[in-house]
Amino acid sequence: MKLSLKLTTLLAPVFAIIVAFGLSTIMLYLIGEDPIETFKIMYDYGKTGKSIVSILNRSVPLYISAVAVAVGFKMGLFNIGVESQYLMGALLSAALGAAVALPSFLHITLIIFVAVISSAFWAAIAGYLKVKKGVHEVISTIMLNYIGTGIIAYLLANIFFEKVELSTTAPQTDLLPETARIPSLNAFLGIEDLPNLHGFIIGAVFIGILYYWIVWKTSLGFDLRATGSSPLAAKFSGANPARLTILAMMISGAFAGFVGIAPLTGYFFKYTTDFPSGLGFAGITVALLGRNHPVGMALGAILLSFLERSAQILDLKDVPKEIEKIMQAVIVLTVVVAYEVVKRYVTNRQIKEASKVVADD
Amino acid sequence: MSQTGKLKKHPRLLPMINFVKKHYLIILPIFFIVLIAQMDKYDQLTTSGTFGAAIRLAIPICLAGLGGMFSERTGIVNIGLEGMMIMGTWFGAWAAWLYGPWYGILAGILGGALFGLIHAVGTVTFQVDHIVSGVAINILAAGVARFLNVVAYADQPTQSSTQSPRIDGDVGDFTLPYLSGGADTPSLFGYLQDLNYPFISDIAGLLLGATSNLSYISIFSLALIPVAAWVLWSTPFGLQMRSVGELPTGSESLGVNVYLMKYIGVMISGGFAGLAGAYLVLESSGIYREGQTAGRGFIGLASMIFGNYRPFGIFMGSGLFGYADALQLRSDDAVHGLLILISLILFIFAIKQLLEKKYINSSISIALSIGFLVWFLNSETVPSEFVYFTPHLTTLIVLSSASQKLRMPQKVGQPYRKGELN
Repeated sequence: MKLSLKLTTLLAPVFAIIVAFGLSTIMLYLIGEDPIETFKIMYDYGKTGKSIVSILNRSVPLYISAVAVAVGFKMGLFNIGVESQYLMGALLSAALGAAVALPSFLHITLIIFVAVISSAFWAAIAGYLKVKKGVHEVISTIMLNYIGTGIIAYLLANIFFEKVELSTTAPQTDLLPETARIPSLNAFLGIEDLPNLHGFIIGAVFIGILYYWIVWKTSLGFDLRATGSSPLAAKFSGANPARLTILAMMISGAFAGFVGIAPLTGYFFKYTTDFPSGLGFAGITVALLGRNHPVGMALGAILLSFLERSAQILDLKDVPKEIEKIMQAVIVLTVVVAYEVVKRYVTNRQIKEASKVVADD
Repeated sequence: MSQTGKLKKHPRLLPMINFVKKHYLIILPIFFIVLIAQMDKYDQLTTSGTFGAAIRLAIPICLAGLGGMFSERTGIVNIGLEGMMIMGTWFGAWAAWLYGPWYGILAGILGGALFGLIHAVGTVTFQVDHIVSGVAINILAAGVARFLNVVAYADQPTQSSTQSPRIDGDVGDFTLPYLSGGADTPSLFGYLQDLNYPFISDIAGLLLGATSNLSYISIFSLALIPVAAWVLWSTPFGLQMRSVGELPTGSESLGVNVYLMKYIGVMISGGFAGLAGAYLVLESSGIYREGQTAGRGFIGLASMIFGNYRPFGIFMGSGLFGYADALQLRSDDAVHGLLILISLILFIFAIKQLLEKKYINSSISIALSIGFLVWFLNSETVPSEFVYFTPHLTTLIVLSSASQKLRMPQKVGQPYRKGELN
């Protein structure tokens, strides 16, 4: 019985993906493109070796961002501010990482440490405002996104960047030295003729495990989940909601700090105005899609990266590649509805089962 | 105590003193702003131009806030306001470009209401968590706007995924005759403003800004504030809507169709947000641009909380945020003047905390106050990157100093299922 219930839960994302494909088919048809042909082009392009490497590389920061959002979700907190949190961490760690000379292992550790700490403290502001001032975290994190973007732009242009007269170089931090770069996995795995596969992909796996361990295997995680599902019950069991809120925000922010590590140490090696942004918002999508489950979110991140990558080819075929954005959004919207329907079905089944057991006794 | 004792001899003064005591958090900043505006460098703080811009910027925030109110009064949290506003900007621009501005307004409202319907299906029928559904709405709106923009303007020379072509034609505007100089009459407020008397000229500037060159869309939007109040508090329909947010089981037992009311509430909410979006396009930019809403839907939500879920409170709140936005747009100097304002307010906070014997908080406030003062004295302008987030920072500060004495609808954010006790 238990297994069949679990399988029913798996139906929800499958259903969502089918609905998304259905809707995009209709839309493509309406704008006069051949839907089957379009999906085939996307699939063919998405399964090339180059694309697979790109998809894996994309999904690393996306997955970590989803984990950061999920920590909040587990406690019923909505951290919409992952966006500015990870950018803040990436900027500060890029600036500091370029300024010091250390042996490789220490250097990378320092960069990660700085990113995690600064992101966590930026996130803590929202937690503090919620606990002490009663400001809802959705509003405060969104406002902090705008404020953070402004502060980052200021720091980047005026503090971490020497303006040269008459030069048109965009503001950027100094390049990270060789010791601060995480090597790619290509040599290790013996892959040739393909773009670099980030080394931090291993880090992402560890972050998934760390998330699982914190949320499901520690007493802190238990308190978080208890507060998330029933604040009152958690309070009577001795959890301190105020302390937990700030802590949960900080842990969420700390995970957000890892988001920028892969792009920074993997291929950008500096913070510039075109450092990848938007990962924080995409992370919300992935967290909803994967239902805050470490494996589910990994699959979600890979799915979204696949859609993003394979949509790139559409421009060459004169199909608007923005169809991919709609597919993403429809998947999210249907998946939250589908999960809710499944949840209700499962609860009803359980109630029936239980009453049957009681009746049999 | 002794002070009030003395004042008993002047019974007429007592209500005034009480008023000041109760609202000093509003009165003092206004007083300081007027004071600072007397300096030449900062006179942009209170000119009619600034106030005019403030009103224009406040209206979309106010509309979004009213939208939020309609939804939350029926018990549905609407984080999706931003997304509905994005739909308003896109549909508004598209229809205005095709047929003219008034069609743009209509299309904006319908586009927002359509997304309100989606939110209602998610939260009312399927009982998805309201915030999750709202976040999903925001993601969906961004994607849809982008896709539609590519498709709709595909054969235009300026085709792009993030912008619409420029929209021609406007709805005309209105200036109050005699007082503000409409229809070639003399302008009394303008005359007073030019005199440069302290306070009188500042107030004349406010009135002049509020009553000149107001477009008909602005007047229509402002008129919706009393209409919203009337509908919610003076009609049976409004009573039913509010009852659904307070005690759905009770309303159900009295024959109110709870689901229907919630649907209507969320769709009106979307319509307001859509109108706010269309307003942004038609009034400020004349073009649809991606990211144009810049969090104004959320600021609208903040103004709703600040305004305690009431139309006129929302108007006041959005006025404040609109003012911050206007300063940000019009003059970097004026924002520099705000530094000394923050310093003064923090100083007053420090004294208040000292009187309440919160010594640690007080010393933090003092330190911050001195910090802002030093910053003010040692700089000529505020960096433009900081100026840009003035409205967002104002939102945070205002919410954190005002959000504790609120009364929200009792069942807001909670799912309701027919036939269940809750």
